This record gives sequence, structure tokens and C-alpha cells, in this order.
Amino acid sequence: MSSQDIPEENLPSEQDAAGHTLQKTADTDPFADPGLPPHEHRVQDIDERAAKSSERTVALLFTISMLATIGFIASYVTFPVEKIVYIWPLGHISALNFALGITLGIALFCIGAGAVHWARTLMSDVEIADDRHAIEAEPEVKAKVMADFAAGAEESGFGRRKLIRNTMFGAMALVPLSGVVLLRDLGPLPEDKLRHTRWAKGKMLVNMNTHEPLRPSDVAVGSLTFAMPEGMSEHDHDFQKEIAKAALMIVRIQPDDIKDKRELEWSHEGIVAYSKICTHVGCPISLYEQQTHHALCPCHQSTFDLSDGARVIFGPAGHALPQLRIGVNEEGYLEALGDFEEPVGPAFWERG
Amino acid sequence: MSTNTENKRKAPAGERVADWADGRLGIYSLAKANMRKIFPDHWSFMLGEICLYSFIIIILTGVYLTLFFHPSMNEVEYAGSYVPLQGQLMSEAFNSTMHISFEVRGGLLIRQIHHWAALIFVAAMLVHMMRVFFTGAFRKPREVNWLFGFLLLVLGMFTGFTGYSLPDDLLSGTGVRFMQGAVLSVPVVGTYLSMFLFGGEFPGGDFVARFYSVHILLLPGIMMGLLVAHLILVFYHKHTQFAGPGRTNKNVVGMPLLPVYMAKAGGFFFLVFGVIAVVSAIATINPIWAIGPYRPDQVSTGAQPDWYMGFSEGLIRVMPGWEINLWGHTLVLGVFVPLMIFPLVLAAIAVYPFIESWVTGDKREHHILDRPRNAPTRTAFGVAWLTWYFVLLVGGGNDLWATHFHLSINSITWFVRIAFFVAPVLAFVITKRICLGLQRRDKEKVLHGRESGIIKRLPHGEFIEVHEPLNQEQLHTLTAHEQYEPVELGPEVDENGVRRKLSRGEKLRAKLSKGYYGEDSQIPKATADEYKEITSGHGHH
Amino acid sequence: MKKLSARRRHPLAAVVVLLLALAATGGLYAAFAPADKAQADETAQSLAIDEGKKLYAVGCSSCHGTGGQGTSDGPSLVGVGAAAVDFQVGTGRMPAQQPGAQVPRKKVIYDQAEIDQLAAYVASLGAGPAVPTEKQYNPEGADIGKGGELFRSNCAQCHNFTGEGGALTHGKFAPTLEDVSPKHIYEAMQTGPQNMPSFPDTTMPEKEKKDIIAYIDAVNGEKTASPGGLKLGGLGPVSEGLFAWIFGLGAMIAVAVWVAARTAKAKKS
Repeated sequence: MSSQDIPEENLPSEQDAAGHTLQKTADTDPFADPGLPPHEHRVQDIDERAAKSSERTVALLFTISMLATIGFIASYVTFPVEKIVYIWPLGHISALNFALGITLGIALFCIGAGAVHWARTLMSDVEIADDRHAIEAEPEVKAKVMADFAAGAEESGFGRRKLIRNTMFGAMALVPLSGVVLLRDLGPLPEDKLRHTRWAKGKMLVNMNTHEPLRPSDVAVGSLTFAMPEGMSEHDHDFQKEIAKAALMIVRIQPDDIKDKRELEWSHEGIVAYSKICTHVGCPISLYEQQTHHALCPCHQSTFDLSDGARVIFGPAGHALPQLRIGVNEEGYLEALGDFEEPVGPAFWERG
Repeated sequence: MSTNTENKRKAPAGERVADWADGRLGIYSLAKANMRKIFPDHWSFMLGEICLYSFIIIILTGVYLTLFFHPSMNEVEYAGSYVPLQGQLMSEAFNSTMHISFEVRGGLLIRQIHHWAALIFVAAMLVHMMRVFFTGAFRKPREVNWLFGFLLLVLGMFTGFTGYSLPDDLLSGTGVRFMQGAVLSVPVVGTYLSMFLFGGEFPGGDFVARFYSVHILLLPGIMMGLLVAHLILVFYHKHTQFAGPGRTNKNVVGMPLLPVYMAKAGGFFFLVFGVIAVVSAIATINPIWAIGPYRPDQVSTGAQPDWYMGFSEGLIRVMPGWEINLWGHTLVLGVFVPLMIFPLVLAAIAVYPFIESWVTGDKREHHILDRPRNAPTRTAFGVAWLTWYFVLLVGGGNDLWATHFHLSINSITWFVRIAFFVAPVLAFVITKRICLGLQRRDKEKVLHGRESGIIKRLPHGEFIEVHEPLNQEQLHTLTAHEQYEPVELGPEVDENGVRRKLSRGEKLRAKLSKGYYGEDSQIPKATADEYKEITSGHGHH
Repeated sequence: MKKLSARRRHPLAAVVVLLLALAATGGLYAAFAPADKAQADETAQSLAIDEGKKLYAVGCSSCHGTGGQGTSDGPSLVGVGAAAVDFQVGTGRMPAQQPGAQVPRKKVIYDQAEIDQLAAYVASLGAGPAVPTEKQYNPEGADIGKGGELFRSNCAQCHNFTGEGGALTHGKFAPTLEDVSPKHIYEAMQTGPQNMPSFPDTTMPEKEKKDIIAYIDAVNGEKTASPGGLKLGGLGPVSEGLFAWIFGLGAMIAVAVWVAARTAKAKKS
């Protein structure tokens, strides 16, 4: 039956089971298409015992699926949602999630495995050739369509009555504008919203951890502190929006180590305050290395030198972090001496 | 017609229902063409099914999630069962996602199935697209379907992005912040776009609700339409097949839809769903309780998007911080350039089929797939593109490469900056050489047979390796592919002595064609004459 | 041998060779990869004496100077305090073994008594933070939720959401907080070892440090639950993506190969 059992057979196979071959012989073309090889039987096709065994396997898989679904329902009812169990090697995990997922997985997988096993072993595996037909229409069909179209176009007068055509195009072009106009109230105009933050002259620097105003003595060399302007609270309805601009990072550097003249002027005894918002795309940058004075952004690795005007020394940020000018008020607390002089956060067209 | 009614009355219930439907829907004509539709068997033809099934799974689980999710950014204080977040302020979106994960029985499983299926959906689309690419299945008549598939990939990416941003957790919020920063970088209209998108300043109180309607309605709706069109075209064109005995450009050889593919494809849906369910039972995804609610002044290291956005993350991470300030305006090249390269990376692979068909000028239908080695330039281009994509993925994960392989993050960034330009070129050259080597080996095999590994000593002492000749089926399979000739420009001066004007496009096309099909780009396949000469002569060598 | 050579040309031979090569490469790597097991300084141990100064003279003075004044190889220890010594030596970071971007955590080579002696000696060089008492760092009764908020504000940017660690510039890194004792976490916040900034009591009071320690214990402790299953390193989308590709899509492709493969044919004997 099989021609592949004879490896040295180098001639075209004489069989023509499928009947689709071109029947060129090897004499004229050794590479000619020999046609579909003859169908070979599977064990299940000739041995009823093997077929029975396949049938049982399929039925077993479907049965397992049924049992798994029952297991799913049982798990749902049995396991409390908060129960945690230790399962090696997964760790301490939710019993319910694990049980539901595994039973559901088994229930589904076994249906699939049963169906595929059925198809692979019991359904006919005779390969069938189906003819393809050209997708392009025959010339007559095309001619008919063109003629129909020409007739339709002619009857509409579309080509002749230019006034109708042009006004229609005009109307169609304008009508979507209504939709565009309706989008206007999606948000306010930018105006100068991105230029200002809640910082202003005289606002004390409030420690984000303790919510207490900071004194210079609180800020040690090598330490890292975050602050917000006084008068803000996490419970404010606009807290998220305001902190997205006002977040402040405070470090203390030995004044001798500060290389930038303006930075030193705007600092207080080596305490410098920079915007925490990266000038690249706005991540809160605060990976401060206290020995190198570098601050790294965890999102895109822009690196700023906080001892040198927070200029960019690596990465995709385009300009230095804005510095907040600080001083000390009468009660001895750190205060802002004004808002940031430039917009904080990512650059934009109007930033200039 | 009384006999007919007689028959109908006796017909079984199923048939009567079918008759009823046929009278209204014409299902018999539909079934005649499709019920025994032939599908060829190959594992790589099932990649598209993985996409289809994971999409269905995403829709099923997504509908369930909408029953519990609150797309609102109102601040609430967490009072659920997860202790480490108790008392924390968070949006209702985050709170309801916590509720789904910790209080709704099975909610966590469905959430995890939804998210795992999404990752696998996009991964399967990419792999499916690569299968179509490397086998040349995008050629006429399937170019439109290639575009539909490509659009599905792009829309899938954005549906994923809007989806994982919905819980309003610290990680996804960082991603949304990045997106807002990228929008701001757009010249002239950036700030307006940002204000309109977020209903004011970032983060505002609107974006979760807006992303929600985009995520569950707008994008999936478009995708559903494209998907249906994609499938209709697959049916209409009939599936491609690899060359082999009995398989021609005019037929399709395989098993019928009913019953074999009904069982195999239908079964495969359950297999895919089963695998995803098990994955969701054993591995957690996006554990928002560990990540915490979003606050614009908080962040975690290792802030990455889901994998399919990883290449854009790579672009943005390795771009130098260029910024031009002129006449009171800022051109944020450091952000805007990557934002523009992002669609270009995708477009590069999407337009390829049209470039290739222009170069070959081939207007015929192709239903027999190419083996990648037999189209070395295309294969090399595909591998170069994948290399490009992978380099960018490395860039997107540079911090994790640094910590896990004890490298410097700065060195990795520099490596990616250079590799972005160099690696695709290297990949192209190397792949092409490998393809040509494989073509040579095929030719060798056809002419001299398969090396059997058996060493024989001839009477005069020479050692030879016995080659087993191939049978005709194998010979046919290895020589079935067509080889194009490079386009000839023809003489510049025609027979009347008039100089022909050659357009720049024509010249470029001839050059590309030479690059594609010139001597250096393909090994002429064995001819029947060569074969006969060798086989009729002194046998093997 | 004959059999082997006959199968050399088998279509699957390349796969077998590839697998063998991969296994061999892995083995070689394992053999040659730098072992991070610290080699205990035998001399130092055998010469251990119960006085900090003597310990210091042997183990520390070559880099930090005989009087703790610092040299080009190591910073001054005057004023760093006992807490810094307890952290550095107690986590095995000191004595350092080789120059590098950062001194990593290693096997501890002094016992606690010796560490205390060293700490006492260094503390005598200049005033600095003292070793915290258990009352200070014991997280019992702390506010875990508040600790989480503080952690995300002050720590997560370097150490990741749940303290898995992360990258810094030029090969430096923020280490994982897994298995770090509450005392050492407290000392690290107090003293700011290496490039880590300090979080002194003036800006982060003792109670808040406790909250943070309690949070770390809750989300990255021995008993921490990951309800959804494997936490995949707690690294976020990168490891999730890898898992989806390898185990999700990988499993499905394996299944697809089975679905599409030819069923075995009956061999005619």
C-alpha cells in the first residue's frame, strides 16, 4: 500500500488515488507533481478495537469535563472568598481562585481535547482537494456592471447637473463639522493653567509625611524629604490635580558642593527644593542618590544633577527640573519665596 | 405538490427548523458552499484561531467585569478586606476593582482571565501576522485582509492600553501620565488636546469614564466589525497551503469543515480557553492591591506598560533629550520624535506587501505559500523588523535588564541607541545569507539526495558517504517554488534611436528588483536537466 | 557508534545537538559564573578579639583609616553612629570585598557581639544615630495602610511597589527588601547607607518608620499572600509579558501542533 516504505524508490508513484494528478511521468519531468499520495489508514480505521479505545478516550475526556464543572460549582460553594492556602510551588494563594481556575480549565480543556481526539482518530482523515475559482469577474460580468453603472449615473443626471453635485458635496463636507464643534466642551482651554502651581510667596513647605511645616534643622544633609504647599490636604477635591504640579523634593547639600550659582542663591543653607515632576513626561522623579546628588527618573531614566541646577546629565528629558526659591519665615519655618519661575512638568509648545 | 407536503410532514424536527430558516435566510445555499469547505492542516494555520478565541474570551469576561466595575474617579476611603490598603483614599474605579478581586467570588479569576487573555491575544496576533508575512500569504488576493489584520493588531494594542488604565492604580496611572506628557509634546495643539482628553488638567476626574467607553464600546465595536470582515475574507479566498504533492495554486487540500474542522476548530476554542483559565489559576496578573491607588506624586521603579506597548516605551527611554526653544515656543523633540516613530515602526511592516508587489509586478493570485528561505529578501526584512522590535523591547525594560544581569542602565540605553540602527542591518544581512545557504542545501538535496550518514569504503580505499535519492514527492516539494527574474529596464535607446525617458520610479524598481532577485539574492533551483544528467551518469557522489 | 553516525543526518539531529549545546552552555555558565558566596575572611575570624578597636584595626582600618578618619578607599566614620555600623556589618556589606558600583549584601562574617563592639568603637569617634531598640522598630500594632502610603511616597520609587528592588544609575541598584530584618530596615532609613538618602526622625518620625516596616512585612513577608497565584517576582508587566508568551502562547502553540498533526498511520508489517 505504502510507497514510502521503499526509500530507494525514486520513480513517480504509480498510484493515483485522488485522481487530481497531472500524470506527467518522470521521464519528461522528474520534478513533476505526482499528485496526492494515496490515503493511508490509521490504526483506528482498520482495527475496531483501536477505534473503540479511541471512543472510550473521548468519552472519558467529556466525562472528566463534566466532573470538573461539578467541581467548579462545589468549589464556588465550599471555599470562602478570603481563604488563603499554601500550594507548592505557587505560594500562599487564594483557595477559591485556584480551585475555580483549575476546575474551569480542566472542564474546558477536556471538551477541546475530546473533540480534537475524536476528529483526529475517528472522523475520516481522507484529504480532499477543493478547486479554487478565480476571484476576478469574467469580462462579460464586468461589462454588464459597467453598463449598469453608466445607465444609473446617466439617469441620475449626476454628471450633467453640476449644481446639484457641487452643493451636495458642500453639504456633505460641512455636516461633520457639527460633530467636531460638539467636542469643544470636552475640556477647558489651556490658557496659562500649566504655568502656575499652588506655590506662592510666603507659603510654608509642609512635610508630606507628617503634614507639619519644615524647619531648616529638620532637613539633614543626605536626607530626602517631600513637601507640599501649606493649605493643601489629601481630602481636597482638586488634590490630585494640584499635587501633580506642586509636588516638591527637598534635599540638603553642603553649600560647597553646589556648583550652580543660582541654585545656591535660591537655596537656604544648602537646602534646595526642586519640582518632583520630571520635565520629560511628568513621572514623579525621586530616585535620589545622596552621594552623587543625582536624581533618576524611574520611568525613562532621565538623570538630573541636583548639585548643578538639576541639569539633565542623561536620558530623554529636555531641560532641568524647575527650582523653587525658598527662605525662612519669622517663625523659623521654610517658606517659598514665590511660585516656580517656569512651568513644571513636561514641556509643551507654548512653554517657550 | 401534495407529495412534497407529505414528505415535509414526515421530516424530522431538525430538518423542519432548517427548512423554516432556509425559507427566510437562504441557509441551504450558504451551507452548500461552506459546509464541506476544505481547510488544510498545519499548526501555524491555527495561530489566527488563537487570536479569535482569545478575543471571544476577552469579550465574555469583559462583559462580566462591567457588571461590577464603577468607571468613576470619585475619591472614596477603602474599607474592604485587604488590610494594607484600609483607610487609603482611592478612586471608585480602584475601589470597585479591589471589590472584584477580593469580595466577588470568582471575580479575581475572571479579572485574571481577562487580562491574561489580552496579553495572549496581542501576542498571538503578532505571531499570526509574522506567519502570514514569512510565508508570503499576504500576496494577491489577500492584501486587504492583511490590512484588516494589521488594523486589528493596532486597535488591540490601544484597547489593551485603555483597559489596563481603568483600575486607576499607581502603575497604570503612571502610564496615563506618560501618555499625557506625550500628547503635550505635539506642536501647536498639544496643550489643547491634553485639556480636551482629560477634561482639564491632568489627571482631572474624567479620564477613567472616557477610557471606559472607548475600551468597552468604541474600539471593540470597530474590532468586531474588522474581525467579521477578516473571517469572511478567509472563507471567501479559501485558505493558503504549502507546496506538496497534489497541492496546486488551483486547489486547496485538507479536511472538510464538517465534521473534522468543526471538531478541531471548535475543540481548539475550548483548549485555548482551558489554557488561559489554568494560567489564571496559577499566576497573578496586575495585582493592583500590591501596586496601590494612583497619586501623581507617587511612583514605583520598574514602571512599564503591558508588553505590547513595550516597544514604544523603549523608543521613549532611549531617545536623547532634544528640545528646541525658538520664538517663545518649544519643540519637544525628545518626546515628539518617539511619538512619531511609534506609528512608523508599525507602518514599516504594514506597507511591505505593497512594496513587494510593486517590485515583482506580479498580478497573479498566489495560494501556495513560500518557504521563508525561498524569499530571502522578504525573510531578511521580516527578521530585521523583528530585531528592531526586540531591541526596542529591551530598551523598554532596561531597568530590569540592569538589575537582573548586573549591568549599568546607562550602558544598556547606549547599547539600544546604537542597536536601533545597527541590529536590523546585521539581522538583514545574516538572515539573507542563511536563506541562501538553505537554498543551496535544498538544491544539493534535490540533485544528490539526502546525506544518509552511512560511510562506505570503496575497493580502492576512498571513503564516500552514501546519499539517498529523494522520492518524487520530495523532489516536487523542493522544486515547486517559482523564481522571479529581475526586472529589465530595457535599452535606454529604442530601435528608432530615440532616448527613452526612464522615470525615477522605474529605475528604483529595477534596482530593488535586482536586489530581490539578482544573482546575490537567490540560488537558481535545480532544473530537470541538471537532475537527469546527474542521475543518469555515475550515480551518487 | 554506527547507529549514532547513521542518525547524524536525521532531521531531528540538529535539534538534539542544539539541546546538548544549550545544556553544556548552561553547565559551563554555572561552573564559571561568579559565586556570590562570600569567602569568610579566615584571618580576621581567627584573630577575632572581643574589643572593637582591635577588630576595627584588623577589619576596617585599611580603608577607613586607623582612627576612622577615612581614606581614599573609604569614607570617614566619624559621626556615622552605631546604627550605621550595625547595618553595614550586620548585613554583610562591610567589610567590602571588591570595588564596584555598589557594595552588595553578603554573608555576615562577624557575630552580633563583635558587631556591637565595632559599633561601640565607631560611636565613640563621634556622635551619631544609636542602634534602635526593639521597641523602636517592632512593627506590632503599626498602621499598615499609612505605612503603605508612606512607602509609595518615600521608598517605592527605588525599591518597587512591594520592595523587590530596582535599578539606579551606572550599575547601582536599590536592593530587594525581602528577608531584611526590621532592625536593618529601620537603620537604613535612619542612616542612609551608600547612595540611599536618609529619612531622619525629624522628617519621618519613629512611628512612621514602624508603619513602613509593618507594610513591608505585610506585602513582602514570609506569610504574604498572593491571592491570584504566582507573583512572578512582583516586577509588573515585564515578567507578566514573558509569562504570557512562554507559558500562555507557548502552551497554545504546543496544543495547536497536536491538533494539526497527522494521526499515526497503521504500519504495514
